[in-house]
Amino acid sequence: MTGAAQQRQGLRYRANVAARIVAGTIGAYAVAALFAMALARILPMERVQAIMPATLLALLVGPAVTIWAFLARSPWRAWAGVILLGALFAATAWLAGPPA
Amino acid sequence: MSAAIREGTRQVMAWLHGWVGLLLGWVLFVMCLAGTLSVFKPEIGQWMRPETSAKADPADAIQAATDWLGKNTTESTAWYLTAPSGRTNTVEAAYSSGGSYLYRALDPISGAPAPRETLGGEFFYRLHFELELPYPWGRWLASIAGLVMLVALITGIIAHRRIFKDYFTFRPAKGQRSWLDGHNALGVLATPFHLMITFTGVVTLSSLSMPWAMTAAYGSDLVKLYQDLAPGVAQRAPSGEHVPLAPVAPMLREAQRQLGGTIGRVYVINPGDKAAVITVFRSDADQLGFTPAEMSFDGATGKPLSKWQENRPAVQTYNVVYGLHMARFAPIATRWLYFLGGVMLTLAIASGMVLWIVKRRERAPLSLGNRIVERLNAGVLGGVPLGCAAYLLANRLVPLGIENRAALEVSTALWTAGAALVIGVALKPRWSWPLLTGATALTCALAALIGLPVSVMSAVLLTTAAALALLVVKQIRGPKKRPERKRRAAA
Repeated sequence: MTGAAQQRQGLRYRANVAARIVAGTIGAYAVAALFAMALARILPMERVQAIMPATLLALLVGPAVTIWAFLARSPWRAWAGVILLGALFAATAWLAGPPA
Repeated sequence: MSAAIREGTRQVMAWLHGWVGLLLGWVLFVMCLAGTLSVFKPEIGQWMRPETSAKADPADAIQAATDWLGKNTTESTAWYLTAPSGRTNTVEAAYSSGGSYLYRALDPISGAPAPRETLGGEFFYRLHFELELPYPWGRWLASIAGLVMLVALITGIIAHRRIFKDYFTFRPAKGQRSWLDGHNALGVLATPFHLMITFTGVVTLSSLSMPWAMTAAYGSDLVKLYQDLAPGVAQRAPSGEHVPLAPVAPMLREAQRQLGGTIGRVYVINPGDKAAVITVFRSDADQLGFTPAEMSFDGATGKPLSKWQENRPAVQTYNVVYGLHMARFAPIATRWLYFLGGVMLTLAIASGMVLWIVKRRERAPLSLGNRIVERLNAGVLGGVPLGCAAYLLANRLVPLGIENRAALEVSTALWTAGAALVIGVALKPRWSWPLLTGATALTCALAALIGLPVSVMSAVLLTTAAALALLVVKQIRGPKKRPERKRRAAA
């Protein structure tokens, strides 16, 4: 391999890792936060109770997404997963609306 | 899933485990060490105040405390008191006075601060989740580190091939292999504890780090949220009219009669105001759940305002998760298990940090970055325990009655750890490690022997000193060299 090709390879690897890091940190936190919001609104209990399981489970969802961001076959898939999940939870929270 | 993919998964997990560990390993080491010591927070406080040995009934002790605080504070908005228990005899008081926020351990009879002014175990407790950083940055860093720890644990478990075998595997004096075996054993033996303590720890800071469920349900109406969370805590604005506080002890006895158990914490909000409120929280020492019940009284008249016994399933679940971390429910044997689990986690982190270097050193000369890591390892892993020991020794050496005594103990700890960090960076690791470990052993021994009363604490300190002294001997001798066997093989 020529020096330039090697450099391109190195850059590509770095971009790959960087994309996953952002997906696994900011992306994972956003998914967890939106998950918490969605669950807090759709759980069939009074709101003060609903926030408890929502928060507890969100704190497990976050690390799970982080790990998945690095396991996904490509950074594109990692990001697609983060965006899809985020959109799903955001839509759920938005459709459910704030509790009365 | 094919075997090839599974092997790939394991490699990715090991890679992630290594990097997240390296990134926050030192912070996690400090948190775990301080958290482990916090298991015995009341006992450490007791040891650090040997002059204060009087005992009193919790209600009388709180009465004495409020009497003293009433006479000796100005413009207080709140006094947060913790009643004495079987584990400590003093009243812990955090309160505002004259514009500053103070923490004192109060004598249960006189209500005055203990003569040996010290933060006691509270220093380790605060260090554990605030890391000596201003609010909210310390708690944020602790939250992030906790979540990273959760990732590190899960990836560590997945990366792991043979959980069961590792219970029984230790190959000493073989460099990288031994460090890995040690790291694995420490991690594997107490995996359930590590997972539990890390997750529950993250939960304790969730109102800061994951407030979004609350936001989704309550918007910005935090007053209503707090009312719903703790309906037994009466909230009202100060009236501005001065009325002295009614006797507290009868209210406490009434609360104890109605809530059962014993008195845990007592909050006095707006003391001396006509709208003062006294809230009594039932002690959680006899059950898993945190804050099981509370009752509020009118501070001026002593009349009950509200009462709450927690029995909502979801809230109780959360309280139990929280309580599992705080370990206040734990009887003495369980507390020692928490301590042991904490020690193992602390050592797992430390050995992981060392392993990062050992692994790379055995393959090729270390890069500049890794040489820095190697030296910071010595400085942090050797220096922070030295700082903690120095805190205890300072408690024995700093004279009583001098200005800001408690702060002086804390700065002794911080400056010592800082100096140790400099030593770790400046000296070669083969010198800095035994130096710092030896200094920690010596400091522990001195703290145990100066100004005795003999107690369990002195025994623990002396045992630690002895263990560290043995470690120094090992460090100086260095790992057993192996080329002998290689030469034999070649011959």
